[in-house]
Amino acid sequence: MTAVQTRSLTKHFRDVAAIDGVDLDLDEGRVHGLLGRNGAGKTTLMKLLTGQVFATSGQMRVLGEAPVENASVLARTCFIQESQKYPDGFRPRDVLRIAEGLYPAWDRELARELIGEFRLPEKRPIAKLSRGQLSAVGIILGLASRAPVTFFDEPYLGLDAVARRLFFDRLLADFAEHPRTVILSTHHIDEVSNLLEHVVLLDGGRVVIDAEAEELQAAAIEVSGRAEEVREFVGDADLLHLQEIGALATAAVHADRGRAERARAAGLQVAPVSLQNYIVHRTNTAVEQTAAIS
Amino acid sequence: MLDESKPLFIAVADQIEDGVLDGTYPEETPVPSTNELAAFLRINPATAGKGLNRLADAGVLVKRRGVGMFVAPGATDLVRRRRREDFRQAYIAPLLREADHLGLTTQELITMLTEEAPR
Repeated sequence: MTAVQTRSLTKHFRDVAAIDGVDLDLDEGRVHGLLGRNGAGKTTLMKLLTGQVFATSGQMRVLGEAPVENASVLARTCFIQESQKYPDGFRPRDVLRIAEGLYPAWDRELARELIGEFRLPEKRPIAKLSRGQLSAVGIILGLASRAPVTFFDEPYLGLDAVARRLFFDRLLADFAEHPRTVILSTHHIDEVSNLLEHVVLLDGGRVVIDAEAEELQAAAIEVSGRAEEVREFVGDADLLHLQEIGALATAAVHADRGRAERARAAGLQVAPVSLQNYIVHRTNTAVEQTAAIS
Repeated sequence: MLDESKPLFIAVADQIEDGVLDGTYPEETPVPSTNELAAFLRINPATAGKGLNRLADAGVLVKRRGVGMFVAPGATDLVRRRRREDFRQAYIAPLLREADHLGLTTQELITMLTEEAPR
């Protein structure tokens, strides 16, 4: 079943289209990556889907229903916002106590464990928490809520490498035991790429990529060797990226059928392109194309 | 830990196959579950499951309902036979290509192989 569906979804802020005609179908029970540069529209899309802002036009369905002002959908949705504000004087334990009342599937024991693992001072006022500790509050809430649809918007901010690994491992383990739909936005693509099953790349409020992570992993290759040979091999193929150092060059190209074999046969080195690099290349290409049109 | 030059689920399958070949997973014993593999390799459970299913389709693993996946009887021979067929393409071809770059003759290669081989 489809957990999230949008059709021609559009959100304007004055004359800026933050979300511009987005059509998406996100399957239930999977981990979806929502990627894109700052200002690409990721947060706005999540806010639309959780009824926090209203669409200018278009349709959306979350768990089969319109999410706006719909308590039955919102109780099954958890949105961990990057810039979540809490009432003055609130401590982490107050937030978790309230969350326990809001989410029917709340797992108190899991929340306890996570507080210990993230070393969260649960009695310290939230205003006095570090950025990383604030992120930990959101992560604990997002995992322990066990909501059928969970949005994590940049859950990593301020977290050290140990805590990021902890989030990754706990999300993976809990997702395996209690399958649900997770929509994750992050700039740390390399760190989560093996967790993502499906990827949506937004740029300027539009969908640039909507594909299986596995396809993207194999979508491009990097060929390197003598510059003239690389240029000759690449020819007029779809070039994602070209870099030259003296007589040497490296080119990222779409991995069309048999291209890797042909590159090897031509005496060039062939390497895979990571999801992160692919996303960077595709974002840059999108920018160049827009620049060329305007 | 996983070979990143190939699709993830194939890397998972290859790693299990390595274990079958070197006796880490003897025939008729269980292999790790989807979720165990996912946690250990830090990959999505769906990807881990796809790797296991690939081996089940190839006859290397057998599903036992409600228990999990087991190494099939005869799997070691099966894997060894297929890997030998792939050996030329995967190892000999690049070896010859590099030898050619370096101007090594076939005779020199044979000498090297003989010297490096144990016994």
